[in-house]
Amino acid sequence: MLADTSTPSLVLPGPKPLLSRRGWALFLVALVTICAVAPLLNLWVPAGSAFHLSDYAVSLLGKIMCYAICALAMDLIWGYAGILSLGHGLFFALGGYVMGMYLMRQIGADGNSGSTLPDFMVFLDWKELPWHWQLSGSFIATLLLVVAVPGLVAFVFGYFAFRSRIKGVYFSIITQALTYAAMLLFFRNETGLGGNNGFTDFKRILGVAIATPQMRMFLFVLTGCMLLACYLFARWLVQSKFGRVLQAIRDAETRVMFSGYSPLPYKLTIWCISAMMCGIAGALYVPQVGIINPGEMSTANSIEMAVWAAVGGRASLIGPIVGAFIVNGAKSWLTVSAPEIWLYFLGALFIGVTLFLPQGVVGLVRQLRGLRRSKPEAGELP
Amino acid sequence: MLGYFLTTGLRPAAAALLRRAALACALLGATAAHALTPAQALAMAQGDSDARIAAIEAALASPTAPLGPYLRAMADDAVVVADGRALVVQGGQASDPVSGAAVALPEGAEDVMNNNRLRGEISAALAALDLFAPDTVRRREAAQAMLKQPSPERLPLLDRALAQEKDAQARQSLELARSAAQLGSSDVLQRRDAAAALGDSGSPQARLLLQTRLAEESDERVQAQLRRSLAQVDDRLAWGERLGVVFTGISLGSILLLVALGLAITYGLMGVINMAHGELMMIGAYATYMVQNLFQAYLPNAFDAYLLAAVPLSFLAAAAVGALMERTVLRFLYGRPLETLLATWGISLVLMQLVRSLFGAQNVGVENPSWMSGGWQLLPNLTLPLNRLVIIVFAAAVLLAMAWTIGRTRLGLFVRGVTQNRAMAACVGVNTARVDTLAFALGSGVAGLAGCALSQVGNVGPDLGQSYIVDAFMVVVLGGVGQLLGTVYAALGLGILGKFLEGWTGAVLAKIAVLVFIIVFIQKRPQGIFAMKGRSAEA
Amino acid sequence: MQRRFTLQSLAAAAAVAGLGFGAMPAWAADTIKIGVLHSLSGTMAISETVLKDTVLMAVEEINAAGGVLGKKLEPVVVDPASNWPLFAEKAKQLLGQDKVAVIFGGWTSVSRKSVLPVVEEMNGLLFYPVQYEGEELSKNVFYTGAAPNQQAIPAVDYLMGKDGGSAKRWVLLGTDYVYPRTTNKILRAYLKSKGVKDSDIDEKYTPFGHSDYQTIVADIKKFSQGGKTAVVSTINGDSNVPFYKELGNAGLKATDVPVVAFSVGEEELRGVDTKPLVGHLAAWNYFMSLKNPENTAFIKKWSDYAKAKNIAGHKDRPLTNDPMEATYIGIHMWKQAVEKAKSTDVDKVIAAMAGQTFKAPSGIVSKMDEKNHHLHKNVFIGEIKADGQFNVVWKTPAPIKAKPWSPYIPGNDKKKDEPEKK
Repeated sequence: MLADTSTPSLVLPGPKPLLSRRGWALFLVALVTICAVAPLLNLWVPAGSAFHLSDYAVSLLGKIMCYAICALAMDLIWGYAGILSLGHGLFFALGGYVMGMYLMRQIGADGNSGSTLPDFMVFLDWKELPWHWQLSGSFIATLLLVVAVPGLVAFVFGYFAFRSRIKGVYFSIITQALTYAAMLLFFRNETGLGGNNGFTDFKRILGVAIATPQMRMFLFVLTGCMLLACYLFARWLVQSKFGRVLQAIRDAETRVMFSGYSPLPYKLTIWCISAMMCGIAGALYVPQVGIINPGEMSTANSIEMAVWAAVGGRASLIGPIVGAFIVNGAKSWLTVSAPEIWLYFLGALFIGVTLFLPQGVVGLVRQLRGLRRSKPEAGELP
Repeated sequence: MLGYFLTTGLRPAAAALLRRAALACALLGATAAHALTPAQALAMAQGDSDARIAAIEAALASPTAPLGPYLRAMADDAVVVADGRALVVQGGQASDPVSGAAVALPEGAEDVMNNNRLRGEISAALAALDLFAPDTVRRREAAQAMLKQPSPERLPLLDRALAQEKDAQARQSLELARSAAQLGSSDVLQRRDAAAALGDSGSPQARLLLQTRLAEESDERVQAQLRRSLAQVDDRLAWGERLGVVFTGISLGSILLLVALGLAITYGLMGVINMAHGELMMIGAYATYMVQNLFQAYLPNAFDAYLLAAVPLSFLAAAAVGALMERTVLRFLYGRPLETLLATWGISLVLMQLVRSLFGAQNVGVENPSWMSGGWQLLPNLTLPLNRLVIIVFAAAVLLAMAWTIGRTRLGLFVRGVTQNRAMAACVGVNTARVDTLAFALGSGVAGLAGCALSQVGNVGPDLGQSYIVDAFMVVVLGGVGQLLGTVYAALGLGILGKFLEGWTGAVLAKIAVLVFIIVFIQKRPQGIFAMKGRSAEA
Repeated sequence: MQRRFTLQSLAAAAAVAGLGFGAMPAWAADTIKIGVLHSLSGTMAISETVLKDTVLMAVEEINAAGGVLGKKLEPVVVDPASNWPLFAEKAKQLLGQDKVAVIFGGWTSVSRKSVLPVVEEMNGLLFYPVQYEGEELSKNVFYTGAAPNQQAIPAVDYLMGKDGGSAKRWVLLGTDYVYPRTTNKILRAYLKSKGVKDSDIDEKYTPFGHSDYQTIVADIKKFSQGGKTAVVSTINGDSNVPFYKELGNAGLKATDVPVVAFSVGEEELRGVDTKPLVGHLAAWNYFMSLKNPENTAFIKKWSDYAKAKNIAGHKDRPLTNDPMEATYIGIHMWKQAVEKAKSTDVDKVIAAMAGQTFKAPSGIVSKMDEKNHHLHKNVFIGEIKADGQFNVVWKTPAPIKAKPWSPYIPGNDKKKDEPEKK
């Protein structure tokens, strides 16, 4: 046999780095902005100055960052797995409620009614905490439940749904039904979760008062870091083999099945991860906004999450984050200055993005850049 | 009045003559000796409730001809008090209640106000008077009304009425009223017999009387009889309740059917998930509102017919909007159901805001025409509201019209063809683009009809669609996209299921249970009840 | 790659977000800003929109008379859209950004409870014009609506009496939130104290926006077969319209089963055919049909204003109701307090509000209690007439002082009749 010196060796693409050098640089810039610059501008720079970051801005940006985490979660299941969920608001709200229960317990006897039971239980004439409140006194348990409750609900629902191979539009409608049913359940006062009043009037976390600028800034920084951490995690996930199989399932599920993969565990895993991310976002949202009520589970909220991902650009993790900022920023601005226009704007956004910008803002920018470049990078969507 | 009872034993002709003579005497006698005096009229109109009721009772003891019309005027809030006397005001003209003579309406006349108790007493008094009215229908109604406030004092009156009553239905009610009055008598045997008689009646009024009496009764035998009678009445009433639940279920089902039918057409036939379906219904409802306003402004006499104009107009309005939607947005999104979903959601937001800008954010009032107000009393404890009955009939009519359109017309043929195999249909010459638009317009028009129906039972506001959209989707998903029949079964089934559950668990838990049921059902049978047959690669 | 424009897009997004809070309106030195926080859309718009217009009318009236402390009032109107978290957000915006001196707003108790922490934390001032369940007494809120002892308890007393029908059984029907729940808790305790058994009380709740009342009306009919029944309705918002429609169609007459509502006034009856509802009741501290000079002037002012501003519905058929009157009293008392305190500073105004009086359209001289932030009010019970107005069938001889801490709730005897010093 001939010595085979010219056999072409099969070079498989090596594992991509998590972020390019430029990417890491920008990441660091974002980290520093959140962790150092923002606290400086809010706490140290005096209130009259033009550089001062007002408290209102801090809570608004914190809220938007929570939404950005949700948008990221939406992208994971929709952009990368092709599952459109119109009920992710449920997981967001579940995480929020778990944190809310802890905060309600922390009010202690300082509430309006003077009893250690939350106020709404007093007007319902309940004498003791029901079973689902038993763990809400402990912070550690709360942290665990924030992830566990949405994860468990997602697991049960997802297992049965994906096993029956419900897909596409049917799945979206079923998720809508799920969040609607949960909303109706939470609106009932008998459920023991505050009913229509929800949870409000929070006083402290772990003994530290919530209503101070320092605590607000701390929550802001925490949310920002969580957003960045989720982004890194998501990036790692989609670049791994797991992520590749997921994208394959999105593109051609039947073929993936015939290639020997069962889509069920993949879909179920990403579904649960996405739900848990939303739960964490909800838990960070509640102390910053100061109130939670079953309206968070409304179908309209969940559908809005889809539009954040769509506007920003699906299947590009940065896109939904950008989308969340753009849409919520516009919302805050328009509902103050021109409230009648806001819904026209949002509606037009939905229509425009689906018709003209299927790749979202990210795709648009890529197209503009693509006019200058030669070919798209390997592994990315054209 | 007195003359009647003297003549019951005589032969017909002579009896009639004597009756007329007696009547004449009685009337003369009445106006002469027992006239409704101004003092009496004033006592009934002024003072506190107890005094007024006593005055009415006193007048009733010796009734005169002007008493009835006067009491009726008082019930209609047409009596005023001025210068120390009571006057009846009708059509701006005041008149004296005793003589009937017209009088100038003095300044500072105060309206006589009646509270519930007085109104109840006045209607009881009128019923007592009506027992002797010449009109059979009035006598029957009066006899039934006598059941409401029975007391031993009324017994002589009831006896007198029974003695000369010929109509069977009225006799039945009178006897019941008599038993009811005897419930309070001092004789134990009488009470027991009265309880037994009431038990046979099956009337909810009787149940109320039996229950109240049971709370006060001391004699054991009567108590036992009361309990037996209560059980009897409850048995008969139970049927009314069961039928009532079935009716409410069918009513809800008919509304769900109307709401889901349009969606079934657009989704089932065209694969388009239309999140703006609720808003198309809202457009139909607002079209009805505008037609109502037009009729109120220009054709007030024909107001009852406004629905006849509203139905086609709401169909056309919603169909037009649907066609516009299809032409401008949806035709570019065929084959991409998830994007269609989002785009139609966007359209729904725009439509809602449009309606808010044009009509305001609050609800608008849509009145039922008079032939749809009120209820049809089927059983003593079962009254079917007319507006819901009409909607059930309307839903059935719309269903039949749709089935006929899809099954028997050219348009329906083309729609079915395009659904089954678009490419082939295009090859044989069907203008698929036009068929799409027309089919979508048809589905939207049906949504408009649903909105017209909803305006008659609920609130009409920009949020009308939002409350029904989830239900519509559930019906379509459950029914499957194969046939319209699936939608029918699903709608009626969900309606009846929901209403049955509501009786046990309350409205909210029932709704949640129904949603959970659908979610579980879809796991087992993802295509719904009636699935599209055939093989197809998953979308 | 994507990373390059991360910063650009984030900056752009932040800029857009920044516009929301960056554009601080210039603090005009010659006007006093007041906030109007009423739902102009959603399920509560049926009741609340007219209150926004009442505030604007009063502002116009006050400005025409020279303003307050020589400055004109500038209303800042926001729409929290019947969404309680949005109430909190808008309140933060009004106090934090627009820097209003006072907020007139709220209807449902949920909305007030959402706004309460904001108003207390930022030391704002809220005038709340609607009847409510009590069990609250905040230093930063003035309650110009009725407490339960000024509405609910007298209504139940009337229904128990002969004129009201001598009711023995009670259906407590409400929307599922804090006001009906607490009011029903108080009423249960009150009824128990009057000897009514638990089996003679039926409590039912429906969610906001509920519209199918068939089963509930059927249940009421069945319950009434067990004894003379009265229904106490704390249904709120536009659910009242389908409820009354169903009631009318089912033939449930007021002489058989009277329904007294606490949140239904002239405005809520507008969209309903009132002929089958004649005789059903409402309990308020003001009715449009009251005849006295102040009311005649108030109604005239309102109809002129509604015609001039083309207000839908009211321009053809002007209606006034109790919360409108309470709003009107509230804004005038606030003006008087500001003038007395010679400043809009919240603490000074709170102190100056004590004991304020105003000649109210209800015919009495309305007085703000010195300590407990509530008005002394007359109670009227009215029956619905065929034309949608109310026929006053009973009234208290003298104004009643409010008891925000109901004596029927255990533990309330320890609570003080004035706000806690926080």
